[in-house]
Amino acid sequence: MEVPILKQGRFLIATIQAALSDADLLHLRRALIDKVIQFRSQGVIVDVTALDVMDSFATRTIRDITNMIRLRGADTVIVGIQPEVAFAMVQLGLTMEGVATALDLEEGLSHLQQRANGKT
Amino acid sequence: MPVLQDIVVTIRSDADIVLARQQGRSLAASIGFSATDATLIATAISELARNIVSYAGQGEVMMRVVESAHAQGVLICARDSGPGIRSIDDVLRDGYSTSGGLGLGLPGVRRLMDEFAIESELKRGTMVTIRKWLK
Repeated sequence: MEVPILKQGRFLIATIQAALSDADLLHLRRALIDKVIQFRSQGVIVDVTALDVMDSFATRTIRDITNMIRLRGADTVIVGIQPEVAFAMVQLGLTMEGVATALDLEEGLSHLQQRANGKT
Repeated sequence: MPVLQDIVVTIRSDADIVLARQQGRSLAASIGFSATDATLIATAISELARNIVSYAGQGEVMMRVVESAHAQGVLICARDSGPGIRSIDDVLRDGYSTSGGLGLGLPGVRRLMDEFAIESELKRGTMVTIRKWLK
């Protein structure tokens, strides 16, 4: 299951469309880093609305993605974590410290725009 | 009527992890678990199935509907014939991990469920059994 990555000006938007295996998540990590470099993107949104479960591996991979992209000087926002997924993550003891999150795509974009404006 | 037959998912690769948690979610939803509880159950299955892939290479996840005098629930049993666990006390402690993971697997799974049991024998394998009751 490949995750489409859309270029929207200075930003990239990756929309997860179904449950992802570990291999799919690692593929997404690679693809996003490559595209951030290729397009010199300033920000990335990962939309996880359709993700059925955020277990330890998914959480760690998303944290890795955010950290790698930060080293390229760009920001990442995770949007669309479903309430029941958030509940399970907290019960499991998973945190997303250092990772920006927003309710939906619109709020995620506005967060990235504010960050980008603050830099210029 | 819910399915009373056992569901068995063979775990050999990371794609089977997704299959197992989806089957668990459907089973839980079929007897009336809320979306939140079904997600807790699916997350627990995901962690247990990943332990099988990471530590044993292969194994299986069995799930079934169970009934007590007061309630219905689901029972999930993840078993493998892998290397086994040297110290169960260690793996049940938060923050412990042998594979560079987050070290949250088993204690986290225990928090998600109502009942949790683990049996393991070195060089013979590991079996984790969890239950969640419909309240």
